This record gives sequence, C-alpha cells and structure tokens, in this order.
Amino acid sequence: MDMASPPPAVDHVDVNGEPCRVWRKGSGRPLAFLAGHGGLPKWPAFLDRLAESHEVVAPSIPGYPGGLGHTKLVDHLDWVLAVRDLLNGCGLEGGDTLLAGSGPGASFALEVAALWPHKVDRLALIAPWGLFDEAEPMTDPWGQRIPELPGMLCADPENWNALKAAPEGANSVEWPIEQTRALEASARTFWPLGNSGLEKRLGRVQAPALLLWGAEDRILPRSYGERIAAGLGGPARLQVIDGAGHLAELDRPSEVAEAVEAFFA
Amino acid sequence: MKHLWFHLMPYTELPDNFREQNPSVWVDIHSRLFDPERAHYMYNDFMDEMEFAAEVGFDAVCCNEHHSNGYGLMPSPNLIASSLARRANPDTALCVMGNSLALYNPPTRVAEEFAMIDCISGGRLIAGFPVGSPMDTCYAYGQNPSLLRERYLEAHDLVMRAWTEPDTFAFNGRFNQQRYVNIWPRPVQKPHPPVWIPGGGSVETWRWCAEMDYVYCYLSYFGYKAGLQTMQGFWEEMKRLGKEPNPYRAGFLQFVGVAETEAEAYEFYREPAEYFYGRCLHIDPRFAAPPGYTTEATQRAGIQSQVANAALQNRKALQVSKSAREFDAILDNGYVIIGTPDQVAEKLRHVIHDLRFGQLMLLLQFGNMDKQLAKYNSRLYAVQVMPQLQDVWSEWENHWWPTPMAAADLAAPDPIAHRAVAAE
Repeated sequence: MDMASPPPAVDHVDVNGEPCRVWRKGSGRPLAFLAGHGGLPKWPAFLDRLAESHEVVAPSIPGYPGGLGHTKLVDHLDWVLAVRDLLNGCGLEGGDTLLAGSGPGASFALEVAALWPHKVDRLALIAPWGLFDEAEPMTDPWGQRIPELPGMLCADPENWNALKAAPEGANSVEWPIEQTRALEASARTFWPLGNSGLEKRLGRVQAPALLLWGAEDRILPRSYGERIAAGLGGPARLQVIDGAGHLAELDRPSEVAEAVEAFFA
Repeated sequence: MKHLWFHLMPYTELPDNFREQNPSVWVDIHSRLFDPERAHYMYNDFMDEMEFAAEVGFDAVCCNEHHSNGYGLMPSPNLIASSLARRANPDTALCVMGNSLALYNPPTRVAEEFAMIDCISGGRLIAGFPVGSPMDTCYAYGQNPSLLRERYLEAHDLVMRAWTEPDTFAFNGRFNQQRYVNIWPRPVQKPHPPVWIPGGGSVETWRWCAEMDYVYCYLSYFGYKAGLQTMQGFWEEMKRLGKEPNPYRAGFLQFVGVAETEAEAYEFYREPAEYFYGRCLHIDPRFAAPPGYTTEATQRAGIQSQVANAALQNRKALQVSKSAREFDAILDNGYVIIGTPDQVAEKLRHVIHDLRFGQLMLLLQFGNMDKQLAKYNSRLYAVQVMPQLQDVWSEWENHWWPTPMAAADLAAPDPIAHRAVAAE
C-alpha cells in the first residue's frame, strides 16, 4: 500500500443479515473487484492503481476479511446468491458492470455472469477457480506447510507476507483468526479439489472476458485458463503476466492493473 | 476404576529409514510399503492380542478408526468389534472408539452397525463418536473442514433418533434427508449404548459432553504430563457447569510397559516406543490444520493461552515437548510409563488422581511390539497392576458403562471344529 495515498472509503452491505465491508475509491466508471484466496485484509496497491481511472468498489465476500456470515452458506447456490446480493447491495444492479476478480472471487464473477448474463458488461479475471483437470491437478491450496504457502501463492513470497502481516495496532487475537477464516471461506466453497462444477455453466457467459495468468502460477496450471477461455459463451482472451504467481495482482500490481484498464477502456 | 485394553493396529514393518525417505505416515504413505500377506499376520496377531486381553481380565477391549494410516490399520473398527463380539470373553465390554460420524453416508449406517454389534455381543458396546482427525476426515476422506462439525452434529442427532424413536420417521437435515428412517436391528442397551467422545482440548466438546451426559476421552499419544493441563481444563469446565466431579465422566489414554525388573522394562519397550514415536508419528504438518477444522472459539482460546503462557515464565516449565523420539526423552516427557508392576501401579495411582479419570485406556501393544511381548505386558498388567488399583474411585458409580444382558442369558457360540464337520 502506498502510504501517501488516502485510504478507501468504508461502508457495509448486509448479506443474509451479516455485515460485509465495501471499500470504494476513485471516480469514473464503477469497477467491482472480488478478492482472491486469502482475501484483502489490507487495501492493495493493485486497487489503488485501478482507482486512478475508475471508481473501484471492493466488496468482501462472506468469510473473507471484512465479511461475515460464511457459516450461513452451505451449498454453491447459497454462495452465488450471496455474491449477487453483495453486488446488488453495492448498487451494481445495472447491465453495465465491469466485474473483476481473482481466484475464488473470479470464479464467483463467472457464476454471476453465467446466471445473470445481462448484469455484467465485461469480465477481467485472474486465475479463476472452479474447474479440475485430473491430467493437471490444481495444487491443494489448503494442504500446504505454513512456511511454504507464501511461495505457492506469490512469485515473491514477501508479497503474501506483507498482505498478511498484522499492522500496528491490530488485535493480536482476532487478526490471525480473520486470516484463517479467509482460507476457511474458500475451503467451504471449493474443498477438496477446487471444482465447483463451473465448467458446465461457462457457455452461459456472454460478457467478453480477459483472463490473466501469472507466468509463475504454482496453484492453477495455465491450461485451466485456456479451457475456460474455450468454454465461455462470449469472446475471451488469455494474457500471461510475467514475474507473477497465482495472486498476480499482488506480485505485479501495475502490470495487472494496466491490462484490466486497457480491457475495460 | 476401569482398565480398557486399546489397540491402534500399527503396521509393524515400516523400514528403518521410513522417516528420512517418506513425507508422512498418514494420508499419502506409499502403498509399496504395505505387504498384504504380512498384514494377514499382523491383523491375526492383533486380534489374538485383543482376545487375550479379554481373557486375562481387562474390563474392555478398544479399537478405533483411521484412514490411509501406517499406524492405524482399522478403516473399519466395526469389523474388528464384530469378530470380538463372537470370540472374546463375554465378560468384556467392546469399546469402539469409534465411528467418525461425518464420514458415513447415510449416518444411519453407524446406527445399524453399532446396533448389530450390541445385539451380537448381548449389550456390551460402548459407542464412540469422534469427529475424526483432519488427516482422516478432511484429507483421506475429502470432507470439507468448514462443514465437518455441522455434519457431525447432524449425524449424531440422526443416529440418536434412529436408536430411540420407535416409529419410522422422516429426517430433514441440512446434509441428510431420509423419508423413512427405521433401523433394524435396534440396540440391546436402552435407551442406547453409552456414548464416549474422544476429543482434543476444545471447550465446545467438553460442554457438549456435559450437556449430553457423555464420557469425554482425551486420547493423546503424549501421556500424562502433556495431558494434565487439558484434563484440568475439563474439570474446571465441569465445575463451572455444576456437574458432579464423577471421575468416570473422563477417559484417558496412556502407553504402559510392565516387566519383572526395571532393567527389563527399559530393554523390552525401548524399540517399540522409538518405532512408534519415530516412525508412526511422522506426519506431514501440511495435513495438520485444514482451515475451518478448528472452531474460532478454540482458536481464540489457544491464542489467548499462548499469550498468557508467554507472560507467565513459570508456566513454561509445565509445557511438555511433543516431539521426543529417543526413549529417554519419551520416558522423561511421560509419553510411556514403564517399570515393575509395583512401580507402574504406584505411578498410575498418582496419574489417575492428578488428571482425575475413571476410564483408563491402555496401549500395551504399541509400535512394532510383537505378540509375545504384547501378551507378556498385558498379562503382567492384568495380574499384578490392575488388582493394586481396584479400590480407586470405588466411592463413585460408573454411569457410563454398558449394561449387558445377564451372563446366564448370553448365547454361547458353537465351538468350531472345521475338520470334524468336514469329516461328517
């Protein structure tokens, strides 16, 4: 986070009676971002960069940092409806939504675009979850030794560590619980293989989509991006981000933001 | 005082370099290490040992459930228990410790199989309901860690209703929906067999056991020193809840090795103990903590107690290492108690009172211990240790023990004479 930059405005939307944090920053055409594995315990440089050209709206999905209520969600329909309610609660109900997401968040963006094709104008997706290929299995994102996890998720493990380090003044008990809860939230939806059956619904997505993939993604093979691009009902393009891992937006915030901006322009 | 003879059924021929050459004894242990023909002998030895334990007078024999596990060859403890129900001494209770409820689909399968064992044994079953370890449930069996406890609690409610409701009923759960629940057979014990819950140190489990009037069992491999804090926490919680401090509410697992002399005990039990703590507990830490498995309340309590412990330097002395692999350290840390019968009885008397439990679960076979030594250990314990502890807790009634049919009413299985029958 650029300390010189002002923080985003904070608001909350109720989903199933539980508050979910919504960050907003910048002006211009609204752009919604649904966070990746681990969520956003801090406002990241990537969104700061996007806020230079858009009104960035970053709602927290239940269970991810800033969002509560994941335990009320059991099946996948519960989750998809919760994400839709969250976007609606942010005022993103029209048909002109620019929707971006990473990992689990990108998967939900695809679900929303598949089920309510008139809601979404364009999609920018960083390594979406939801598929599984036995020939090239997704790496288990939850069954990793703690010291090895940062290097699995980011090309530079320090980018994950910086996102997850407790800031000064944070509650030393609640902060680590919130970070575990974020991993639980993605597990609750995608355990054990990452396969939510999304592949069956890809053909329903009409919105043009940009798929971004870290060249050093150690969680999700790039072939998943090719398969998603081929399965989508609308036009799709896959772009590789050099020097980035699975959470490409943490490793290469400027390059990822530039690619998203160019696609949404 | 109850003495329960517990078998984990470890594979006894893991190679010497197992630890160096393999990432884990559990979940992804390689199949090339498993020789089914050697396992034929192991299973039969283990069942001989359990039948022997029943013969020499242990109050119960116990088995448990593990999956993809090199130290626990019982994916289905019910298979072992059903054999024991026929062959083992009918004075002995059968403690199945137990069936991980969330793994059974539908969970009425557990109600049925436990009812079968209770009928075959004439009402000798203790029904254990563990949530199950992360390795067994979330990794080997692919269960969602975030939904596991909800699934477990729902399955528990379904099993209880299946055992106790006389009429066919519909069960409308989140995870299980059955229009016609009506199990045949029904358990002999009414309203149902005693329920024991093996658990870690979670406050929610303690409260739930108190609420349901179940036995809480702390099944740690790290012995009485490491178990002290947990058991004290349990009893503090029982006091807070206003429950009477009946020691039979609690079970505790302890490794024990008895011999005629101290020197022999050291000599006999060193290798099996080092085999167990060196090879059998070589578990890849990546399988230890799937997110959501540990509830947030338990996480919170854990973090707060770490903070409190760090603040109180003197409590550090109470913290027991859980990574010892050399025999001297294994003994120093209290994982295994060894000695002559008198020494073991004396030690156990203290442990039983300090930790306060009435259901003592004993691992008298552990690691690669062979049948001869397991039987020697079991006999010495039964004949020379158990009588010395017979008076312990005699002032309390054990409300959580099976209530079988009268001994005179039990069926006597026909003797087996294969060759004689064939010759007829």
